[in-house]
Amino acid sequence: MTLLSVNDITVRYGRLTALRGASLTLNEGEILFVTGPNGAGKSTLMKAIAGVVKPVGGSIAFRGETISGRSPEDIARMGFSMVPEGREVFGSLTIEENLRLGIGMRADRDQAARDLEMVYSIFPVLLSRRHQHAGALSGGQQQMLVIGRALMAGPKLIAIDEPSLGLAPKVIDDVYQTLVKLRDTIGLTLLIVEQSATRAKLTGGRMILMRSGEVALEGDARELASSDALKQAYFGYGEHGK
Amino acid sequence: MTEILQVVFDALSLGSLYALGALGIALIFGVMRLVNFAHGDTMAFCVFAMLWPSVDAAAIVFAGNLPAWLLIPFILAVGAGLSVLSEIIVFRRFRNTNPATMMIASFALGFVIRYFLLMLYSSRPKSIDLWSNLGLPVEILGARIPLLQVITIVTAIAILIALTFFLKRTRFGLEMRAAAENFTMARMLGVRANRVIMLAFALSGMLAAAVALILVTQTGTADIQMGGNIMLIAFIATVIGGLGSLPGAVFAGFLIGAIATVMQVVLPPEARPFRDAFVYAAVIATLIWRPNGIFMPKSAKQRV
Ligand SMILES: Nc1ncnc2c1ncn2[C@@H]1O[C@H](COP(=O)(O)OP(=O)(O)O)[C@@H](O)[C@H]1O
Ligand SMILES: [Mg+2]
Repeated sequence: MTLLSVNDITVRYGRLTALRGASLTLNEGEILFVTGPNGAGKSTLMKAIAGVVKPVGGSIAFRGETISGRSPEDIARMGFSMVPEGREVFGSLTIEENLRLGIGMRADRDQAARDLEMVYSIFPVLLSRRHQHAGALSGGQQQMLVIGRALMAGPKLIAIDEPSLGLAPKVIDDVYQTLVKLRDTIGLTLLIVEQSATRAKLTGGRMILMRSGEVALEGDARELASSDALKQAYFGYGEHGK
Repeated sequence: MTEILQVVFDALSLGSLYALGALGIALIFGVMRLVNFAHGDTMAFCVFAMLWPSVDAAAIVFAGNLPAWLLIPFILAVGAGLSVLSEIIVFRRFRNTNPATMMIASFALGFVIRYFLLMLYSSRPKSIDLWSNLGLPVEILGARIPLLQVITIVTAIAILIALTFFLKRTRFGLEMRAAAENFTMARMLGVRANRVIMLAFALSGMLAAAVALILVTQTGTADIQMGGNIMLIAFIATVIGGLGSLPGAVFAGFLIGAIATVMQVVLPPEARPFRDAFVYAAVIATLIWRPNGIFMPKSAKQRV
């Protein structure tokens, strides 16, 4: 069943067009990787879905309802949980307060309490430091915290913008293992932005490749990641070349 | 000894007023990056809400005749109501504009409120006799301290404790602190922007009302300019404290109160009329030493 569909959206920052007719669909229980070079518009696509930037054209539907034009809080309350790039922890709040923020919109308080335990069992380091300020955590721990916080909202769909950025390979492995486990156990749907296709190849799922604000390629993550078409899309057009 | 005690009480009661004023400004700055220069006029509005509109020289006390247990909630509600209305009618339209535009909008709103009062009540200060028996002294450790000073200090401390409890222990408080640090991220976690901002305005308006009640009891006059001086000092306190930092605003409010009171005592008599010049010199020195304020909040780094 289709959970999210982005239809032909255009986003501008002043005179710069960051997305020009980007589309994607995401089915329930699926993992979709969004890859592409720096500046391709991946983060802008995430922000448009989250309602933080407003598309000037096209539409976005989530759980069968049009969400383009709605406020970020309304979209979050429908079950869309966003982990933006740059790990936006609330540094002056404690770790537990960061996690509890995600619960605010939930009616099922018992389940929320169990989810808090689940998050602590996935990331034990958060439990041992739960009364410390989040600003004191290391980069890897902050990444765990923002993923944990996104889970506390009890989402249908979780979108993560560059979870690997700045993390040690071992920590990245742990994060992905957790995400895949959540997909398998609670049926979480995942939308993951990564600049390189390496992770998509390891994890599997579907993948789209963005370039200059458009979706250039789409297909099975493993197949696409090893294809020549991908290399060409990254390097073949004389773009940023990264 | 008793003289020192008198100075301490003077400093604390003046500092209380400044701290409560600064807190009202810092609360709104925290969630909206708006310095609300209409805050002082909100104070004046609260005072005039006790009077029946008339341009006569004598005040016609109306709501001001209510017993304290009704008058205090009434004035707090007036402050909160006016402040929330300012948000809905004016500031909401400027949410995503730059801080300078919002600041100018707040100046304009302040003038609108002031001229509205001028129209209804004329510009002449009027004397009001509110709780004047509070001016009587009480004896504390041998010193004779006006009861109003003691009440002012106790009220300020009670408000600070209640506000700390609200911010640290309630859901709304948590959302407000999160919104003050990173508004967009808070919204992406489902925090309702409008509710949090309206709540910040309501609290700020109640703080203005509390200051207004203390001021009018102290001075016994209603004057449409009465919020101006305290607004200026409260604004300076929020800057010195580190814009957006609530503990910083409170601390700096008490600090300015203390500096002003101590200077009044230690300056040679012929220099006393120029006390404020010395106070502002101390302000400039503090800002040279700490350009971002004494307590710079984490959020200020990215957002201001
Ligand atoms: N807030 C912004 N204001 C102006 N331009 C922006 C802003 N955010 C991103 N851009 C521009 O939009 C384009 C796409 O950026 P982004 O979505 O961040 O790409 P990616 O995440 O794929 O690296 C880039 O050219 C970038 O410089
Ligand atoms: Mg990006």
